[in-house]
Amino acid sequence: MVSELIEKVEQKQLKKNKPQFDIGDTVDVHVRIVEGEKERVQVFNGTVIARKGYGINETFTVRRIVNNEGVERIFPVHSPSVVKVAVKRSGYTRRSKLYFLRQRAGKAVRLREVWTGKSDKKNIK
Amino acid sequence: MTVMLLGKKIGMTQLYNDKGVIEPVTVIQAGPCTIMQVKNQETDGYTSLQLGYEDAKKSRRKKPQIGHAQKANTTVKRFVREVRTDGQPEQEPGEELTVKIFEGINYVDVIGTTKGKGFAGVMKRHGFKGMPASHGTERKHRHPGGIGSNSGSAGTGRGIRKGKKMAGHMGCTRKTTRNHRIVEIDEENNLIMVRGSVPGACNGYLMIQKSKTKQ
Repeated sequence: MVSELIEKVEQKQLKKNKPQFDIGDTVDVHVRIVEGEKERVQVFNGTVIARKGYGINETFTVRRIVNNEGVERIFPVHSPSVVKVAVKRSGYTRRSKLYFLRQRAGKAVRLREVWTGKSDKKNIK
Repeated sequence: MTVMLLGKKIGMTQLYNDKGVIEPVTVIQAGPCTIMQVKNQETDGYTSLQLGYEDAKKSRRKKPQIGHAQKANTTVKRFVREVRTDGQPEQEPGEELTVKIFEGINYVDVIGTTKGKGFAGVMKRHGFKGMPASHGTERKHRHPGGIGSNSGSAGTGRGIRKGKKMAGHMGCTRKTTRNHRIVEIDEENNLIMVRGSVPGACNGYLMIQKSKTKQ
């Protein structure tokens, strides 16, 4: 059980506009990277396969395939270095952890898109 | 002046520092502490402040304790400890000390009572390596091995050396952890956030004082 006082302490560092996305979404995560003096924003694109924890400890896992090799990065939701999470595509899924994607390769990795309007109708199989 | 406060461990969490890097942090409720008594050179032979933390039920305390608190014009406290001072302290009995005294201080030492582990074996208590998992070891995987020999020079001679590390009660002792950096001070809620872990369980009583070695 988390004490009320600890929640109060964490409250100050929580993001006011918590990024909105769901499991299965394809997202662009904008990460602030400091190299010596310079600061730049890097974009990591991939599928959200898990969301864990709550409060300041909340994290999400993004998976993508680079050169035929699966790459996963875990981002804290409230980290100041996670500048922005932009949803590119919403995938339809029935579970909260998509670890089964790790066993899949090629076309099988794709998720059915969530029906959002007429234009998307053709995507539903 | 010696800077010390009594407090209570609230729990641990993580906070981001100004570089955006996550840091492990212990939240401690420190004070407000009431000065129960000021000891001086003439009557007591040394100078110190007696601090009290957290109100106690009057019916649960003994009469001398209630009387002692009345002398300082306060209520009975649950946790009372003394801190030595260099020279006669300026404070009067009944005054309150808050986390404000830690302003401008970077590092603190924290004293607490560790979690009790019960009767623990040598591997847990002293970090022994135990016996091999295989190669003929039977039912002695977590044993200490030999504890002495009959030779007077190499071993112990008759009997076993004093202080030989063996199994026994572990934990529930007073421990000091040093040089915790102060991450944040919250005057409103009497909180002090320090980096790293401190001894004891949540809601355990702690003494927090200015670091003896690090500035």
